[in-house]
Amino acid sequence: MERRDIVTALESLLRDTLGFGSELSLFIATILGVVIIATVPLLVIIGLIWGDRKFGSRVQDRLGPNRVGPFGLLQSFADLGKLLTKEDITPANADRLIYNVAPVLSVASVILVWAVIPMAPNVVGVDLETGVLYIIAVASLGTLAVVMGGWASNNKYALLGGFRAVAALVSYEIPMVMALLVPVLFLGTGSLVEIVEAQANMWFVALSPIAALTFFLASQAEVGRPPFDLIEAESELTAGYNVEYSGMKFGMFMAGEYAHWLTQGVLLAVLFFGGWNGPFVDRWPWLGIFYFFIKSLILFFASDLVRFTIPRLRIDQMMHFNWQWLVPLSIVNLLVTALLLKIIQELGFAVDLANSPGFVDTLPMTIIMLAGNALQVAVVLSIIRFRGKRQRLMAAAGN
Amino acid sequence: MESINSWAFIGAFFVLSPILPALPIIVARLLGPKKPNAIKTQTYECGLETVGDTWVQFRVQYYIYGLIFLIFDVEMVLLFPWAMAYQQLDLFAFGAGFLFIFLLLDALIYAWRKDALEWV
Amino acid sequence: MAGIEITPHTFFFLLSTILTLGGAIGVVNNRNLVRGSIWLIVSLFGVAGYFVLLHAPFLAAVQVLVYIGAIGILITFAVMLTRGMTQLQRRFSSLWWLGASASLLLFIVLLFTVIEPIWGDLSAVPDAPPGSTTDLGIALVSGDGFVLPFEVAAVLLTAAMIGAIVLAREARNADE
Repeated sequence: MERRDIVTALESLLRDTLGFGSELSLFIATILGVVIIATVPLLVIIGLIWGDRKFGSRVQDRLGPNRVGPFGLLQSFADLGKLLTKEDITPANADRLIYNVAPVLSVASVILVWAVIPMAPNVVGVDLETGVLYIIAVASLGTLAVVMGGWASNNKYALLGGFRAVAALVSYEIPMVMALLVPVLFLGTGSLVEIVEAQANMWFVALSPIAALTFFLASQAEVGRPPFDLIEAESELTAGYNVEYSGMKFGMFMAGEYAHWLTQGVLLAVLFFGGWNGPFVDRWPWLGIFYFFIKSLILFFASDLVRFTIPRLRIDQMMHFNWQWLVPLSIVNLLVTALLLKIIQELGFAVDLANSPGFVDTLPMTIIMLAGNALQVAVVLSIIRFRGKRQRLMAAAGN
Repeated sequence: MESINSWAFIGAFFVLSPILPALPIIVARLLGPKKPNAIKTQTYECGLETVGDTWVQFRVQYYIYGLIFLIFDVEMVLLFPWAMAYQQLDLFAFGAGFLFIFLLLDALIYAWRKDALEWV
Repeated sequence: MAGIEITPHTFFFLLSTILTLGGAIGVVNNRNLVRGSIWLIVSLFGVAGYFVLLHAPFLAAVQVLVYIGAIGILITFAVMLTRGMTQLQRRFSSLWWLGASASLLLFIVLLFTVIEPIWGDLSAVPDAPPGSTTDLGIALVSGDGFVLPFEVAAVLLTAAMIGAIVLAREARNADE
């Protein structure tokens, strides 16, 4: 199969317009492609920090940044300038090497995810067959950054925060991966480009809303946003793993966090909400970038809304929710999805999702899948009801 | 679909991605003042003077979650090729995958019944 | 050296080798065990590079996911949770001669198999992927493939889980 990604496009551009040799142009195209793709998330989050603060203020009935520039638009640049001129302080007893590497690794682990994200037709860093697995693999490096930062600071709160964060992060990775396996199951490939292309007429969120929801909840914890923000516990651990960080190193942890939040929305959009698909994309492919970012940002602000409205959980509640609700639900959902796919095949309703079938062709399959999901939701709700009733009865008996 | 060039891209990405966040840190180090003193570099903790050593023995609880995660992680990695091949599998292979996931659930239920999943 | 051309392939082979060996030297040379475990992660990362060069991207992802994302963190965790691992006093353990002779023996065996291809021809390293991850999936669960090892692995992992929980209960009882 022909490669259609940003390197190939740049390479042919270099060869045709500047007349470079094929090896030289490939080399330059690779470097250029890496720089372009890797700076996209960093550029987006500069604007996003402003948007997030403004949005959060509105939710909490405040004005938010409004002094620097029109509507406070230049606030992020002012912050950047301030962080750049701050003194670089390393605590006396810190492990210097690990202390300095941790914030860099924190940002790098997110940037790496973007290498396989399809942003528009043919605009993708690289199309890997194991793309889904690659995402999980590089994202797990972020966990390492947290534990390194927490330990190297030589601060009891930071260390406790680091340990706690890692225990939470690795726990929530399980439902996240289980949810990620569902699109792979539908298509039989881990390539994100093909996953997006298959959603031309039917988004996967319609086929498996439970997988999308578990992915959303698990990634909410994975990126450390409330109600699961125990990575950064201001109220009980002074801040958590980054309490000893200041200046630009703290800024990088912050940037890494924002990049994580953005990437959460991006992954949801790509895996379950059709990525760059939208009206008229086949005629004007550049519209894809627009749809891609609109969807990602809507999902980002949806997660933001959760963050600003729901109170945070205690660590034991958080672990309880993961291990006794999310993990079993995600495993059962994987089983049910697999079973339903076989049943659909036997009934003859199966469509080859890889060829992006039409909306009407996919409809019978979608209805069966939705019914399966509704059944699971009904079971979960009745368990919650049963448990709540028992607890109320026990409370009444106690009185 | 993949050639060595795709992986060269990933390799270049791995080399370059730490440079991007490292640059502002280095620039900040050059631009910012540098006047450390003993009080400034003290461990902050929560505002009080720090007491005792930080790098001491901790509870094993944190480690248990890591162990359980490792087991699930390996199972998920084995499920990935199964999910990729799923469309082409016959009923026998389908049953094999099911048995595998059931064993996974089995382990989870055991951990649950033994209260290993509760944070204490 | 004559005849060695710097292609992307050799460049990344060199990079992987530097990461793997450099990391390994960092592991054995560090008296701070936390740093040692971080170097171990660097070394494991280099091994992932080899898998890519051998056209096994799935194994490379598994290497990063399982060995770095889970086992590496677990080892780092274990070291951090234990007292007195940051400042080891002695560079050599009392059993250093045993370790040295064991690794020397392994090195000789490996060297011998590189020079004298006992377990298959070395030039048989494929130019193209011998099969996709999908093929691996089919092989893992089909009746004439590796379905028995696949299920045995699940049983083994379940047993490992039970073992971990039993150990945890003992530790918890000791805590109380």
